[in-house]
Amino acid sequence: MPAQEIRTTQLSNGLTLVMERMPDVRSAAFSMLIPAGNIYDPPGQEGCAAVLSDLITRGAGERNSQELAFDLDNLGLQRNESVSSSHLGLSGATIADRLPDVLRIYADIVLRPQLPADQFDAARAGVAQSLQSIEDEPRQKAMLELRRRCYPTPWGLPSDGNLEGLSRLTAETVRDHYERCVRPSDSILGIAGNFDVAAIQAIVEEHFGAWEDKEAPTVEESDWAPNIGHIAHESTQTHIGIAYESVPYRDEGYYNAWAAANILGGGMSSRLFTQVREKRGLCYSVYASLSALRDRGRVLCYAGSTNDRAQETLDVTLAELQRLREGIDPGELERCKAGAKSSLIMQQESSSSRASAVARDWYHLGRVTTLDEVHQKVDALSVASILDYVAAHPADNFTVVTLGPKALEVNLGVS
Amino acid sequence: MEFHNATLDNGLQIIAEQSKSAHSVAVGFFVRTGARDEDLAVSGVSHFLEHMVFKGTERLAADDVNRIFDEIGAKYNASTSEEVTLFYGAVLPEYLPRIFDLLAEILRPSLRTEDFETEKKVILEEIGRYEDEPTFTAYEKLMQTHFAGHPLGQCILGTVDSINALTADQMRSYFDARYQAGNITLVVAGNFDWNEVLELAKKHCSNWPSGHPARIVTEAQPSGGIEVITNPGSHHEHVMQMTPAPPSAHPDRYAAELLGVVVGDDSGSRMYWDLVHPGYAEFAEMGYNDYDGSGVYLTYCGCAPDQTAENLLRIKTIFHEVNVKGITAEELTQAKNKVSSRIVLGSERPMGRLSALGNNWLYRGEYRSVEDDLNIVQATTLDDIRRLLATYPLGQTTTAAVGPLESLNGEASAH
Repeated sequence: MPAQEIRTTQLSNGLTLVMERMPDVRSAAFSMLIPAGNIYDPPGQEGCAAVLSDLITRGAGERNSQELAFDLDNLGLQRNESVSSSHLGLSGATIADRLPDVLRIYADIVLRPQLPADQFDAARAGVAQSLQSIEDEPRQKAMLELRRRCYPTPWGLPSDGNLEGLSRLTAETVRDHYERCVRPSDSILGIAGNFDVAAIQAIVEEHFGAWEDKEAPTVEESDWAPNIGHIAHESTQTHIGIAYESVPYRDEGYYNAWAAANILGGGMSSRLFTQVREKRGLCYSVYASLSALRDRGRVLCYAGSTNDRAQETLDVTLAELQRLREGIDPGELERCKAGAKSSLIMQQESSSSRASAVARDWYHLGRVTTLDEVHQKVDALSVASILDYVAAHPADNFTVVTLGPKALEVNLGVS
Repeated sequence: MEFHNATLDNGLQIIAEQSKSAHSVAVGFFVRTGARDEDLAVSGVSHFLEHMVFKGTERLAADDVNRIFDEIGAKYNASTSEEVTLFYGAVLPEYLPRIFDLLAEILRPSLRTEDFETEKKVILEEIGRYEDEPTFTAYEKLMQTHFAGHPLGQCILGTVDSINALTADQMRSYFDARYQAGNITLVVAGNFDWNEVLELAKKHCSNWPSGHPARIVTEAQPSGGIEVITNPGSHHEHVMQMTPAPPSAHPDRYAAELLGVVVGDDSGSRMYWDLVHPGYAEFAEMGYNDYDGSGVYLTYCGCAPDQTAENLLRIKTIFHEVNVKGITAEELTQAKNKVSSRIVLGSERPMGRLSALGNNWLYRGEYRSVEDDLNIVQATTLDDIRRLLATYPLGQTTTAAVGPLESLNGEASAH
């Protein structure tokens, strides 16, 4: 693996800055994680973080909404605002020499957003529209529901909240959310690309240094148990979501958990793809992937089949998930390693990939894993280590959501 | 960046752009065939054939194909459009010979009847999956209506009936007629040695049959119309519209691209400010799509059903303003900055360069470097935009809507 130039520094207000210089690219990208995700939505007013993520770019510092968008567009910034359970995420990428100007404007957005009350209704309407459009996307809806049901509340709640919560929101609630959650400690600014590290650090210190810290808000977590449910929906296909427990990114078993999920449902030679789609033609889309929050993880599977074939798809999928403990072919592990190695190296071609990777690493681990370190961990995986992991974390206690005209039966121990 | 090209004796064209700093190499076989080249009796055969290519050859079973791609850690896939079927993959440079061998091998598929029958089920699942997606339903209806009587109106997936009726023999005949060397372009981007590429191509592709199958590329003369698919269960109204724009080889295609950004980009455009920012629509976008011999401006708006008529009127007003008064110098500059940044970011990965290289060669027989594209974007003037609008004004010629509405109250038509 090529040597990486990574520098991490923490400002006195607690903001962590992680920079990776990439001399071979022409771009620069940033990924800012602010601990203001939807788990902090006031109960009964869900959707608060989502409305904030829209409102936060509707004017900041001296610029109104139009001026702000105009200046960012003129910098060629490809930007995105998003909400996850834990974070409000601001990210963007552009040609490298424009990074300093971009960062100056983002200091305004984060520290001095106008959050104009007269645009609150429009921002809320946007989030409501996006919630409504999910009702027309059965595949996405099934997976959102799976997420909601497979984690304790508030961890799996949809990032856009719900329509009742939105209707109770006010501009003041959203401003309160900003005042309460948007703070430098636990915020992470990841930057990657072709830039002068010392100069960028100085700009970040100058423009984000005055950000005042405040106390971290607390979150109440519900009890949770695996559960099985059906959502009636008139559709051509029945959409099936299956989840079971796994481990978070910082767990020592993480790489084994990742490999197990990958062997099951990662690529086109994975077990689910081979058994459900290639051998039986039951699906167009079937996969399994690892979802890792900071303190917990799940394997999430999806399969979609036309209604009269959906029961067979569910049976075959569940049987495959449970069969993994019986053995793994060395070739399956080698393919897993080869895929991981090429993904790692190809990350080096994209500043956006690296910016989000360094920020995410810091959130989960409190440090950045180098590509070399990840490579060594992947190399150290063995059939025995993955089977040990699977024995300790078997695929059982499933949470299942089906969405379609007819409920399915969850048959365990049947193949 | 260094450009190379060659043509084998059988007519296979090879183009390659070398970037020594890239960490990977991407390889794509662009077959100039798609839904527009099908007889109606075999509707959907191009896309079905794309799937069958992965089902193996005399030497390789279907399992082997997926397994080998994963063994070399390839990021790979295939796609079928109205006019191109593309098979591609990216790997670390050391695996170039292996991915080349594999891609070239599967492009001479066995098309075994047994595999054909299994894969038919997958295709029917894919049709079912898209039936549940209003975006796709609206797009398909719009293409059929806008290009009625023109080959571009033929649908990519085919229908349940046409797929059920299709035979393996019909697919074999289509393959023989369309997958001739003169109809295929090999594109390579990233880190490679040109002599090695040339040797690989000679070794693996020289025995492909020669031939240049024809295609009718008369420019479409759409007469327009409004099609409404009523779906009482859905929440959103999805409306798509098309009007003619320059064909792919037209010199004003860059102006059309920039005009699309000014009028209908997903943020900071006229449609964004008038429809999305105030919360009237979840999204409202317009962009330029080019085809062989034809082109369209494609508009897409998703909103609450009771807002549809007003939103279509807002779009009509924007289009009228632009047709009459043109755009401002400020808007053009901003669009240039956005597009330039997208060109740079999009070309960072060899995989990102592949389609730009392939499309320039297939549609225009030319090579354009990233610098060439940046220069022509910067050189576009308001006069170019005016000339474009004089020939290809914005409009709402053809409309397709999917959602709860039974009609669009006559507001959809610009006539």
